[in-house]
Amino acid sequence: MAYKFDFGAIVPHWQLLFDGVILTTELTVIGAVVGVGLGIMGAWARASRAPVISQIVGVYVELIRNTPFLVQLFFIFFGLPALGVKLTEFQAAVLAMIVNLGAYSTEIIRAGIQAIPQGQIEAAQSLAMNRVQIFRYVVILPALKKIWPALSSQIVIVMLGSSVCSQIAAEELTFGANYIQALNFRAFEVYFVVTGLYLVMSILLRMGLKVLGNFLFERRRHV
Amino acid sequence: MSEFSLWDIVYNLLLAARWTVLLSLTAFVLGGLVGLLLLMVRTAGNPWVIRLVRGYVELFQGTPLLMQLFIVFFGLPLIGLDVSPWVAATLGLTLFTSAFLTEIWRGCVESIGKGQWEASASLGMNFTQQMRYIVLPQALRIAIPPTVGFSVQVVKGTAVASIIGFVELTKAGTMITNATYEPFTVYGCVAVMYFLICYPLSLFARHLEGKFRHVAR
Repeated sequence: MAYKFDFGAIVPHWQLLFDGVILTTELTVIGAVVGVGLGIMGAWARASRAPVISQIVGVYVELIRNTPFLVQLFFIFFGLPALGVKLTEFQAAVLAMIVNLGAYSTEIIRAGIQAIPQGQIEAAQSLAMNRVQIFRYVVILPALKKIWPALSSQIVIVMLGSSVCSQIAAEELTFGANYIQALNFRAFEVYFVVTGLYLVMSILLRMGLKVLGNFLFERRRHV
Repeated sequence: MSEFSLWDIVYNLLLAARWTVLLSLTAFVLGGLVGLLLLMVRTAGNPWVIRLVRGYVELFQGTPLLMQLFIVFFGLPLIGLDVSPWVAATLGLTLFTSAFLTEIWRGCVESIGKGQWEASASLGMNFTQQMRYIVLPQALRIAIPPTVGFSVQVVKGTAVASIIGFVELTKAGTMITNATYEPFTVYGCVAVMYFLICYPLSLFARHLEGKFRHVAR
């Protein structure tokens, strides 16, 4: 008996997919903004002259970059309650994404900071700027500009990685897909459509980050 | 309920880690072969083939690995093939790996100067000979560090295979947690084992990067 595809079976459940897209977007936006913020602080700490802090951040980066996101998520959601830290599914998912992206972006942004010519910093010092001012006005924007493509790719990867958050029952897009296929047993059709949705989302996210990058970096050239 | 000591947990996780290693190796080797094939047909340069390969790469880089595994796992039975989690995981990860590797290697091949192609063509070499004797040996040097670096992504990718029911390190961790109610210890051990597999690879990749930096220039 040949299988008859029935993509129409998904239509009645569109609301679940729509809610999933919204939640995946929320996770991604919060994760990206806070994660990159964490990455900037991490890169600052890595570049700082306090070796202990730099080493602690280094260990954090290596630990996260060499373990799977799924395991980090399980550790946060199932493991941390043993230490008395109880999180909802959404909180755990967001936290995992922040911690994950924070480590990757620390390393990416650090590369950008290292690429800033030493003369720029010396010039800023000769203008009597303090270290915070130098970082804020001289270093960070050109550094981010240099590594923006790499950072954008990493944010897209984190967005796609959020699909495993369905495993702790965070109700994002993949969770919606699992739910629908449990209702109508049209697993292939559902996952096919949801894969398409992810593809569209990743293309849109990439475009959005490009526009954001232009907005953030190009205008200030003339200032 | 049976009692699990820490050693029992570690021992059982180690048994499962063998499957993580095996799945990673299989996916990496097969994915490398498919990726090389894609690289060859792409470099040979029929515009339609180039577009097709680009679409393939875009598709796999733009969708979650979990969805790719789900589609293989739920899709193949529809055309009458019975797939075990092992087959689905291997196939899914192979396709995923091939898309990333072919894209990494494309950059390496493109970094070989046009003069090299022209010089070898003027010696009467055909495409296969150019690839075999001139371009690939040079591209290989540049390609090794990022390829080793990507192997870390493959190992971490195998964790997702636990979701379609393949019993590797992560799945074993979940099963042991369900028996022991010690998620903190168990997932901690799981993370340490992944780290022990991945970190040497990361270090090796970084070492190679430093080593080949001088050669490339």
